[in-house]
Amino acid sequence: MSGAAATEPLLVLEHATKSFGAVHALEDGFIELYPGEVHGLVGENGAGKSTLVKILAGVHRPDTGRLLIDGTEAIFDNAKQSQHAGIAIIFQEPTLFPDLSVAENIFIGSQPLKAGHRIDHRKMRRDTAELFDRLGVRMDPDRPARGLSIADQQLVEIAKALTADARVIVMDEPTAALTISEVARLFGITRTLRDHGAAVLFVSHRLEEIFDLCQRVTVMRDGRHVLTKPIEELTTASIIRAMVGRDMDALFPKENAERGGPVLRVERLTREGVFTDVSFDVHAGEIVALAGLVGAGRSEVARAIFGIDKADAGAVSVHGRRLRNGSPTGAMRAGVGLVPEDRRQQGLIMDLSIQGNIALASLGRVQKAGLIPFGAERRFASDWVTRLQLKYGKLTNPAWTLSGGNQQKVVLAKWLARRPTVLIVDEPTRGIDVGTKAEVHRLLSDLAGQGVAVLMISSELPEVLGMADRIIVLFEGRITGEFARGQVDEDGIMRAATGTLEEQAA
Amino acid sequence: MSARAETATVGAARGAGRSRQLAEAIFRFRELGIVLALGLVVGVTTIHNSNFLSSTSIQQLLSGAAIIAMLAIGETIVIITRNVDLSIGSILGISAYAVGVTFENHPHIWIPFVFLIGLAIGVACGIVNGAITTIARVPSLVVTLGTLYVIRGIDARWAGGHQVGAASLPNSFTNIGYGTFLGIPYLGYAAIVAVAIATYAMRTFRTSRDFYAIGSNPDAARLAGIPVDRRLFLAFVLSGGIAGVAGAFWLSLYGSVDAIAGQGYEFQVIAAVVVGGVAIFGGSGTVLGAALGALLLNTIDSALVVLNVSSSWSSAIAGALLLGAIALDRLVSVRIAPALRTGTRRSTRG
Repeated sequence: MSGAAATEPLLVLEHATKSFGAVHALEDGFIELYPGEVHGLVGENGAGKSTLVKILAGVHRPDTGRLLIDGTEAIFDNAKQSQHAGIAIIFQEPTLFPDLSVAENIFIGSQPLKAGHRIDHRKMRRDTAELFDRLGVRMDPDRPARGLSIADQQLVEIAKALTADARVIVMDEPTAALTISEVARLFGITRTLRDHGAAVLFVSHRLEEIFDLCQRVTVMRDGRHVLTKPIEELTTASIIRAMVGRDMDALFPKENAERGGPVLRVERLTREGVFTDVSFDVHAGEIVALAGLVGAGRSEVARAIFGIDKADAGAVSVHGRRLRNGSPTGAMRAGVGLVPEDRRQQGLIMDLSIQGNIALASLGRVQKAGLIPFGAERRFASDWVTRLQLKYGKLTNPAWTLSGGNQQKVVLAKWLARRPTVLIVDEPTRGIDVGTKAEVHRLLSDLAGQGVAVLMISSELPEVLGMADRIIVLFEGRITGEFARGQVDEDGIMRAATGTLEEQAA
Repeated sequence: MSARAETATVGAARGAGRSRQLAEAIFRFRELGIVLALGLVVGVTTIHNSNFLSSTSIQQLLSGAAIIAMLAIGETIVIITRNVDLSIGSILGISAYAVGVTFENHPHIWIPFVFLIGLAIGVACGIVNGAITTIARVPSLVVTLGTLYVIRGIDARWAGGHQVGAASLPNSFTNIGYGTFLGIPYLGYAAIVAVAIATYAMRTFRTSRDFYAIGSNPDAARLAGIPVDRRLFLAFVLSGGIAGVAGAFWLSLYGSVDAIAGQGYEFQVIAAVVVGGVAIFGGSGTVLGAALGALLLNTIDSALVVLNVSSSWSSAIAGALLLGAIALDRLVSVRIAPALRTGTRRSTRG
């Protein structure tokens, strides 16, 4: 392994600033990448990581500051120039062309040519197959990108980076939507790239991944560089301290609440080909976690409970009253709220104002004679934004102006405003910085304390172990384990989530 | 119509399982479907009236379809980039009028030169469309709706009530529209050559693959370093230029021109493009499919005349066909999606 850093940095960005109107996204950005290292970049949401990545990508031009590549100054006006400098970016949300073939996606703009500037389709296909061989992936170069899993889409992006002979590879939260085995594969590939002398900038919220993969770490806070250190000199606690600027001891503060009677009862719920025979209760004052790998059917169970998808068999009842199958309105009337996994697409209307989003699920209470009185939304929302300590400019700003964590708070506020008896939260802290994460956790804990039955879906095992009173594990659409708090560790959950628990028992 | 055969093709493709065969089947099946539909229409009509395939009606049919097919080449390129060009009918009109007036004033002008005039007018209009769309960042639907009226207005102002008649046009020019070789009009050959070149070019050059990429995912196209604005500009210039040249061909076919030439062509062309399998939201489709769509719609039009169906029905039928084509697309993509996902899963486990 070439863990030792070379003497000359491949890329240096220093004193970079970038403002969007009045918002200072980056005030003093600094990053230094050496060949043969995986460099972690961490920071809370809004710390300026994405802006920094986009400067390297050539998407944004810094207002001030210098970018040095191999010691010579470079300025990127567009993505093409960044690519020519040998920088490849794997964005958080893959950026493929669904209608084009996998091979075309990899070679777009740099297709192999034959005489007369014609694309050599055969060579392109062959080169793609070779790349996939190198990556140890089996994928048909001719299949369209439409329908690829996120993990496979990222592999296509990595293959793209390889064709460009990229010397600097930036991965912006690549693992957010991957299963454990997919993460392992990605890490293997990343290490290979590093060993071949590439510099990898690895942006992640998951500190355990940073410790697993990176040789050096840069921490950012409020648009500024805080520290860059070798990983040996850091601990989880010291990184978090640098990120939030204070000590964070209680990450998962679920407090014991009085457990009431069963509120939500799910009986033998089945949706063919998706999940089978799922039964459980959630009591008042309880947080029940639904754990399992991505694709195990957790979100689908939540969708069926809330009535977005129709169940083929089984029943859901709240306080003993059966919910109508396939009716979100019925579920809402019964006091169920759902905070979906994908807040941008499903949780929020991004162009609608903050206040509009918060009042959206409670318009029945805001309206007078079918109209929404002037200022009524604002009055309704302002109470909730103080309670949830939302960081915002104006309540009339569109929701997209908020950081990820604050967007999640708005989604929560929307449902809390309805005073739900059952709240389903799907990946409530995905892509949220550590500080806001703790606030969301405290909020969920408070809600349980007030007697709300909370059903939480989460892929983060520390969160599951810390927050849940009971843990239900799904594997391929079936319940493969149910544990009380303290009865199980990460290992036990993973065994159930990979289906190995049952085999051992058998 | 040919729904049964089409379903069978899809079924066979799914049975084969391989995603590549699947993807190819999707492309082929659309063009095959149109050819089958075409055969069906021609067959049924010929049985009712054996004169349908007689040379004159076929020639008229092919000439009319050729003009629409040429326009469809440009429109396909624009629609593939997730834009639309509504101004092509007006561009065709003003170009045809300009060519007519040129012949009135210079009866002995070298014929290829009038095609250059048409081209120049079309390119100029395309530059306006492209510039407003990319520089001012106004949706092309609005921009080209605007230029549709502006260009038509200029045309009307210029022409007044004047009509350029066949008498002003040299025979060597109108011969392009009327003449045939082996029973097929020259215009048909021109369209076939143009479609063949465009089909090849759309597969073969980086620039044309950029069109597909832009329409498939505009944000990703920018991130991939594709010069999106330049490509969009080019698409509008191509569409305008083709419409300009088509204006000259139009005049050679119809022999007289006034201020309303080509009115409403944009919708015929867009219908042909969509029936031909070009996704209205960009990213996929072929020039060949669009041209076949033009041929099919024109054939149905002529067939209805031969079958003594009132002409008011023909537009209703064209409209119904359009809706049917879109419904079919949805159906196929919904059916194809799970197959593609299974393909993914298989490859991840490998």
